[in-house]
Amino acid sequence: MTDAAAPGPQTVSRSLWATAWLRLRRNRAAMVSLWVLGFYILAGIFGPMISPHNHATVYREFVKVPASLTAYPRPDAILPQAERVLSRARLTLDEIALDGETLRIEASSSREIDPRVTRYLDRSNLFSNARITETSPDGTRVVMEADVARVHFLFGTDANGRDLLARTLISVRISLMIGALATAVALVIGVAYGATAGYLGGRIDTLMMRFVDILYALPFIFFVILLVVFFGRNVILMFIAVGAVEWLDMARIVRGQTISLRRREFVQAADALGVGSGGILRRHIIPNTLGPVIVYVTLLIPKVILLESFLSFLGLGVQEPLTSLGVLISEGAKDMRGAPYMLFYPSLALTILLFALNFLGDGLRDALDPKDR
Amino acid sequence: MDDTPVLELTDLRVRFDSPDGPVEAVRGVSLHVARGETVAVVGESGSGKSQMMMGAMGLLAANGCADGSARYHGRELVGMPKTALDRIRGRHVTMIFQEPMTSLDPLYRIERQIAEPLMVHGRLSRRAARARALELLELVQIPRAAARMQAYPHELSGGQRQRVMIAMALANDPDLLIADEPTTALDVTIQAEILSLLADLQQRLGMAILFITHDLGIVEAFADRVYVMRAGRMVEEGATAQVFAAPARTYTRMLLDAEPEGRKAPVDASAPVLLAGQNVNVTFGGGVGGFLTPETPELKAVQDVSLTLQRGQTLGIVGESGSGKSTLGRALLRLLPSTGRIQFEGTEISVLDRRAMRPHRKQLQMVFQDPYGSLSPRLTVGEIVTEGLLVHAPEIGAEERDAAAVRALQEVDLDPAVRNRFPHEFSGGQRQRIAIARALVLTPDVIVLDEPTSALDRSVQKQVIALLRDLQTRHGMSYLFISHDLSVVQAISDSVMVMKDGCIVEAGPTAEVFSTPRTDYTRRLMRAAFDLSAVLAERAA
Amino acid sequence: MLRYVLRRLLGAIPTLFLIVTGAFFLIRIAPGGPFDRERTLEPTVMENLNRIFQLDKPLWEQYLHYLGNLARGDFGPSFIYRDFTVAELLAAGLPVSMTLGSLALLTALLLGGLLGCIAALYQNSWIDYAVIATATFGITVPNFVLAPLLALIFGVWLSWLPAGGWNGGTPANMVLPVIALALPQVAVVARLIRGSMIEALRADHVRTARAYGLPTRMVVVTHALRSACLPAVSYLGPAAAALLTGSIVIEQIFGLPGIGRYFVTGALNRDYTLVMGTVVVIAVFVVLFNLIVDILYAALDPRVRYD
Repeated sequence: MTDAAAPGPQTVSRSLWATAWLRLRRNRAAMVSLWVLGFYILAGIFGPMISPHNHATVYREFVKVPASLTAYPRPDAILPQAERVLSRARLTLDEIALDGETLRIEASSSREIDPRVTRYLDRSNLFSNARITETSPDGTRVVMEADVARVHFLFGTDANGRDLLARTLISVRISLMIGALATAVALVIGVAYGATAGYLGGRIDTLMMRFVDILYALPFIFFVILLVVFFGRNVILMFIAVGAVEWLDMARIVRGQTISLRRREFVQAADALGVGSGGILRRHIIPNTLGPVIVYVTLLIPKVILLESFLSFLGLGVQEPLTSLGVLISEGAKDMRGAPYMLFYPSLALTILLFALNFLGDGLRDALDPKDR
Repeated sequence: MDDTPVLELTDLRVRFDSPDGPVEAVRGVSLHVARGETVAVVGESGSGKSQMMMGAMGLLAANGCADGSARYHGRELVGMPKTALDRIRGRHVTMIFQEPMTSLDPLYRIERQIAEPLMVHGRLSRRAARARALELLELVQIPRAAARMQAYPHELSGGQRQRVMIAMALANDPDLLIADEPTTALDVTIQAEILSLLADLQQRLGMAILFITHDLGIVEAFADRVYVMRAGRMVEEGATAQVFAAPARTYTRMLLDAEPEGRKAPVDASAPVLLAGQNVNVTFGGGVGGFLTPETPELKAVQDVSLTLQRGQTLGIVGESGSGKSTLGRALLRLLPSTGRIQFEGTEISVLDRRAMRPHRKQLQMVFQDPYGSLSPRLTVGEIVTEGLLVHAPEIGAEERDAAAVRALQEVDLDPAVRNRFPHEFSGGQRQRIAIARALVLTPDVIVLDEPTSALDRSVQKQVIALLRDLQTRHGMSYLFISHDLSVVQAISDSVMVMKDGCIVEAGPTAEVFSTPRTDYTRRLMRAAFDLSAVLAERAA
Repeated sequence: MLRYVLRRLLGAIPTLFLIVTGAFFLIRIAPGGPFDRERTLEPTVMENLNRIFQLDKPLWEQYLHYLGNLARGDFGPSFIYRDFTVAELLAAGLPVSMTLGSLALLTALLLGGLLGCIAALYQNSWIDYAVIATATFGITVPNFVLAPLLALIFGVWLSWLPAGGWNGGTPANMVLPVIALALPQVAVVARLIRGSMIEALRADHVRTARAYGLPTRMVVVTHALRSACLPAVSYLGPAAAALLTGSIVIEQIFGLPGIGRYFVTGALNRDYTLVMGTVVVIAVFVVLFNLIVDILYAALDPRVRYD
């Protein structure tokens, strides 16, 4: 057997990253998750901009209307509503009809009708641009027209009459933002701490890791609650607090990786070449810790989102008029008998997001660390 | 007397499903083992010799499957229901494996592990099984057997663990013992002991042994008949003496010729000394127990070692595992903290810190044992080979570095086109060539070679040694060649040091040490390595 | 062994001390006080209250006082539940939380372990995929989504089980909370056991057991499962501590009188003693279960030594 000049078996050379990407592409669940995640990110960024309703707008007429594809107000609800409104104007309604988007009313009164009567209609959120089209010569009979504002609530509205779709979209934005920022905080602290401990080794490492062990023994979720309760409900503070809790695992992973890499012969070989600490970290240690770190980050994001939703669920998270999936789910749970859709849609949005992130994380782990299969 | 073979394989095939499609590990092999016979299957790594036996005994990994025929006393094993197979495995046919470290369950005492097959197959009571286990431990000559019964595997040495495995294998008086590289992970002296124990037990108990190995020395000393396997097929078979004397196939001849050969003439006594160590000591642990750190026992890995390395010289350092030879090599390159003086070209380098040491690193290079672990997996071969230039010749540009990579790869007989590939695309021997190229690119004066050929097959080993020797004559470098393999050291070095427990036992010109060893330890080492048949014969007598 | 336990328990005292100190000052430096909500209180009444609860003394004196009481096992009076001491509140709530928690823990261990083993033994079969899918579901769906859904489906729509309430610990009232508590843990345990079991089944020593014709049950249970248990044991320590000290979410959704809710209500109302009491209980559980994990680990793996 000769091993000399024979080049590698493949004709196209692939780095480990490229191979991992190929493996990931073959994982259908992970690829679907990637698309779902992309959709969520787009929805989080642009959704609130293109949504027809603002997440804070209150529709007092449409409190807790169920999710529906058809527009509100329902046709059979419009006429009674118009009658009720106009009854305050002390008019006799002779004829009232809905023609597409336009309401047509013939009304009469014993006295002359003030043209300002249209304001009664305008005052209701259902109708706009009320106008008098015909007036009888004596002024006791009028024909009025008003546009009916037809609005869609695809996810229904909440107990205050705000559009649940808009609120879900803004929640997705908040969740993704907190997920990304808190993970970044955890990443920075964890990688710096773990790499330092692992690279320096010896007594410093022992001390640093003992500190992490003590922190592990603390009921940390409760400290987060304490922080949030006492220092105000602030989105910025939230993700710093969450990130500050979640860095421990990251530090352990990075430290373990660094230590095992330092023992590897290729790091010793670089040492023997006279490569300095910086070069060793940059060329040999960091590229090789990157795989596990990426996997961990992908799995950390859903954890953070979950933690934030959990705090919001407890009423400790973001504040009105902003909202988060946890808040929506909590509100839905309170009212699940009367309005189950209020629980259903935010729950679905959160669950799908978490599923996508978890599947992607698992897929990345399989792709970057194929010995597990 | 019934003359059906104990084991007969006919056209056995083993296939594995892998993500890249099915892989045929064994492509139709036939062999037979007669009663009381010792048969060896020899082949290089990847020849399928282990998977063949796993396939026959129903021990393949979940993604593997065997077909063809494997008969024990005429009974077909392939496709036999598991319960029926379990009445043969561990009772009539037993196995011992390569890794004594992991083949025993770390969570149970030795006693229980030996007793289990006795209770399952021999239907002995727990108490009877224990008594028998003790007998067996005494049979395999474990000192203080009664005390060792209560030991856990991690409390035993490698050789002792392999003895425990043999005790387990003998528990139910098997007809056939399959030994899959049982001594590969052991030192040569321990290997000789285990082999003579096996030979001795076979003579007394009369079972057949099927011995799977890559080591032709063992085959020659140990086996009646031999099968040569390559790439999943049998290449040759025959009586051992006959195959060794007159191999019919070129592959067998190539294997037999793969013993490293050649000798190196000593350098001229007036050649300048490049590297010298005086009273070098390396100590691990010994930390005083503090508030947070537990006390660690002190381990003197290298004790008072002095040596000189002249220009053009190759100094071989031999020793068994744990003798401190690798530690010494690293300490001389100042990769480990040590005490004592180390001089390079007259400069006292033992007092230099990391930064001050850096300029000297250009002259002092190292090649490591593990061709899979010593190349950074995410860099291209070109980047790996030229990394040293980034440190020692930062002024040169990318183009010049590339040219240097091409030259270095050509020096080690690799196609320069491979420099854009990644290490995982190469075989072990090719990787070791890349590692050598990495050292060469800096044109060093001294290369410390730490077991550079131990992880390679014999035939590849031979090529790497030839390459090293060739490079030495071309560039006049000095080598510090660390190895446990005496034949390799004999072939490449002109002087040699024998290490044991951190100390130098013996040192001198290679020819002298190998022909007339002065100490007992060296003599034992030599005999175990070169004269295995004599050791076994002596034992049998 | 006994010495080891004693030493570990002694070693836990500084940790507990740190937690108590940290929590005490963290609460006190936060703005607000326990009686802020009752704005109508006259200054004299306020002074009286502060004197009764010793809030008028310097902080360090209060701290020493609290430590002294704590050492005697006295958690002090609650500020918001005026008629109860914190010890009484905890004594009432802890059995509820512990009952639910231990049931959930048991379910997680047995069901998770079983599912994980089966999946590992039939790796890459449909059973395996079904277990993985279930486990992913269990890990992904948050308990504050799962719990209301369970209550809605089984409590409201189907009316099979009560949708909430404790009802003196009637088994029917425990079913849904235990499921909601256990499901995520079942999922994690199943995944852990599956992974380590697959690895263990490939281990050399398991191959040895198979090569020696040991019966399947013995190979799987004695030789593979024991080493496969180790990661699950280290995971379950902290998880058990969390389960037994109650879940705020589950208690809130099902309206259960456990101790999980005391923390949040206590913190929101600046009920200093109640928050401290909960923190101490939780910290003790965490420390205790870390110790149990270490002892179990050493019992399962002879390579681990007590030192």
